[in-house]
Amino acid sequence: MTKAELIERVSEQIHTLTKRQTEIIVNAVFNSIKDTLAGGEKIEIRGFGSFRLRQRRSREGRNPKTGSPVAVPAKRVPFFKAGKELKELVDH
Amino acid sequence: MRKVDLASEIYEKVGISKKEAAEIVELVLSVVKTTLQKGETVKIAGFGNFVVRNKRARKGRNPKTGEEIGITPRKVVTFRPSQVFKKYVNK
Repeated sequence: MTKAELIERVSEQIHTLTKRQTEIIVNAVFNSIKDTLAGGEKIEIRGFGSFRLRQRRSREGRNPKTGSPVAVPAKRVPFFKAGKELKELVDH
Repeated sequence: MRKVDLASEIYEKVGISKKEAAEIVELVLSVVKTTLQKGETVKIAGFGNFVVRNKRARKGRNPKTGEEIGITPRKVVTFRPSQVFKKYVNK
């Protein structure tokens, strides 16, 4: 399922808004999650899961083509942990 | 941040009622959930992909007692953030 299909599906169930309005709001949902994490805060949604950032240390990588070592800087990566309800739904 | 905070942020950003904002957040989550329940991938451009992965049976150990136990095959949800999302949190 793509985002467009998700918007379509949500729009079918909301009759007070146009599809365009629904699209803007669905985008806002995902943007809010991104902004919250970028601001260093985590998100916990009961029954769905939580989003937080994980720290990655800097390490020495290699250029796969030349084999020469390159420094990979420390970074933060978004991490999602499925909630209990979602875990159970999927593993049926 | 929790679900209610997410809904009120949407309500402030977009000119809709609080009730509609909460309803949409709920709908988005439930559509994603039912799609994953069917084993189907959910791809959100600019955000990331939710993928259902099959895990094989394997042997585990009770970390407390050291006792060996069988772990049954199962399905798990993983999230792969998009390049955009990864860059965004490192700005």
